[in-house]
Amino acid sequence: MIRFLLKGILRDRSRSLFPFLIVAAGVFLTVAFFCYIKGAETDFVRYGANLSYGHVKVMTRAYQKEAEQMPNDLALTGLSELADELRRAYPDMDWAPRITFGGLLDVPDEKGETKAQGPAAGLGVDLLTPGSREPERLDLSKALVRGRLPAAPGEVLLSDEMALKLKVLPGEKATLIGTTMAGSMAMKNFTVAGTVRFGIQAMDRTAMIADVADVQAALDMEDAAAQVLGFFKDGIFRQDLADAAAGRFNAQPRDPGDDFRPVMQTLSEEAGMGYLLKTMTSMAAVIVFIYLLAMALVLWNAGLIGTLRRHGEYGLRLAIGEGKGHVYRTMITESLMIGVLGTIVGTAFGLALSYFLQAKGIDFSGMLKNISLMMPTVLRARVTPLAYVIGFIPGILATLIGTAIAGRRIYKRQTAQLFKELET
Amino acid sequence: MIKATFLGCAWLSIAASGGLGQAVPSAQEILERADRNAMSGNRIAVSEMTIHGRRDSRSITAKSWIQGDDKAFTEYLAPAREKGIKMLKLGEQLWTYSPDTDRTISISGHMLRQSVMGSDLSYEDMMEDHSLVDLYRSEVAGEETVLERPCWILLLTSKGGDVAYDSRKVWVDKERYVLLKEERYAKSGKLLKMLEVKSVIRIQGRWVQNSMVVKDALKSGQGTEFKIRTIEFDASIPDTVFSKASLRK
Repeated sequence: MIRFLLKGILRDRSRSLFPFLIVAAGVFLTVAFFCYIKGAETDFVRYGANLSYGHVKVMTRAYQKEAEQMPNDLALTGLSELADELRRAYPDMDWAPRITFGGLLDVPDEKGETKAQGPAAGLGVDLLTPGSREPERLDLSKALVRGRLPAAPGEVLLSDEMALKLKVLPGEKATLIGTTMAGSMAMKNFTVAGTVRFGIQAMDRTAMIADVADVQAALDMEDAAAQVLGFFKDGIFRQDLADAAAGRFNAQPRDPGDDFRPVMQTLSEEAGMGYLLKTMTSMAAVIVFIYLLAMALVLWNAGLIGTLRRHGEYGLRLAIGEGKGHVYRTMITESLMIGVLGTIVGTAFGLALSYFLQAKGIDFSGMLKNISLMMPTVLRARVTPLAYVIGFIPGILATLIGTAIAGRRIYKRQTAQLFKELET
Repeated sequence: MIKATFLGCAWLSIAASGGLGQAVPSAQEILERADRNAMSGNRIAVSEMTIHGRRDSRSITAKSWIQGDDKAFTEYLAPAREKGIKMLKLGEQLWTYSPDTDRTISISGHMLRQSVMGSDLSYEDMMEDHSLVDLYRSEVAGEETVLERPCWILLLTSKGGDVAYDSRKVWVDKERYVLLKEERYAKSGKLLKMLEVKSVIRIQGRWVQNSMVVKDALKSGQGTEFKIRTIEFDASIPDTVFSKASLRK
């Protein structure tokens, strides 16, 4: 019977094409929307990860306890060895040393004495190593307001607001006064290469971005870094993989009494991030559920309409002696087939679009030229395993239920009335 | 680190030999005597500051030239990283010079609250040059033995001026009028800093605290140790030492 019905569906497009297209379109939209929501969620995570947290972060146990104070005296030492170990053990991740530090930026007058000074919140990142993805992660090209990105040792970027306040222009000198890893006074001259604006108030007031090697030299942190951030190479945070990586790293035999042993923590273990991530995931689930419900209603309705549209056909089949149960079963089987076919096609198209948006994205930075807010300029989706099956809920179930409910009318039809219906 | 020289300046009292009579002096009188001892004359001192970090400890040696209570010039002698850094204090102003950057930088504003060379002292502590009598009301709160010496305990409360610490509790040697212990408090009553003298010696007829530990109560760790290696009183110091030009020399 299935073969017979399948032939009917394929050959008599007048009765199957419309329901098929509705199901395919509905499922396509469901899958694409689900992946888009997941992509938006991922973008939020990406910004947090790129700016501060990484997908995972390695630091000393002591630093982890006081991380908000940026205690560089508790930084990781033996950085090269640790970085090699991380690259070997986790080849699917990029590893980037970072140093956050506080200090005072002093701008000299023509005599070399203090002309202006102000507090600086510094970030040391790998700006100069060829192939480093750090400038891209911080979106420095977009954030640049004046000047250019650092191209040589000793060059820094300052927040535009701070540069204006201190009256320092690109190309001029400024001296960082900070604290070395050992707690001594650190002073180092830098050349301001350019100024940046991120659209994040805290960063835009006092940010100073320098190459990590310069910061190491300035703060006497040779072969040391406050943290080593790990990023999945495709830029997407995956909690399960991050948990696995952190679990494996932290399970290595190390002296539990050593407060300076390296530990790895995931993005969701950052203060506040876990809660935010859970809230975002819940909100995304609610939005997707509402959308699924709406799509289910549409497809259910399509099932009802499809059944009602074929009212005459069913009447004829009953009139020539086909059993009501048989007609009902063929209807259900047909709708199941259309649901499956439509869902497969819709899911395939939805996934294709989502994969494209995940890999390439749609760059709409041209529309945001005059907007200084630090926000994603590339629309990206994210394909998760659930995206492969989520379309089946509205695609098959709703169609099936719609047909099943509409089909109940078959049992209410009277044989005596059928010929009258046919006559009209 | 300039504070190490402060051993010979504000915090560390330098007492003239000999004691007072047996009559119980007033709190004001005790404080004036302690102040007088702490603020005396010109001196040149070589001091050592040991900072106990959470990873390791390090010592910094410095030579200081001090004139009265508002002029001080310090040059760091060791270790290599700090060698050549100089600091100049003229009244309310403080400058530092680093040979690596060839820059003379004024330290002001919030920078004054930063730790000096990672020690338990802030630049603000270092800048304190007014006598305690000018800044605080005092009362005798009791007596106690510190470093096997009978001491007065004085409670000092701010007169309302611009002071870094709202109140202090000081232990002053009854006979030598040397400050042997001190606690500094915030307006909320929270303990911020502690000072404990470890030894007092007699040099050129004066009692000098030559070893002490300062502890920032808000930091973990063992505190910062100060030791005076040499000190010369009533030294002749040319005025040119206390000029910004001398920072670059």
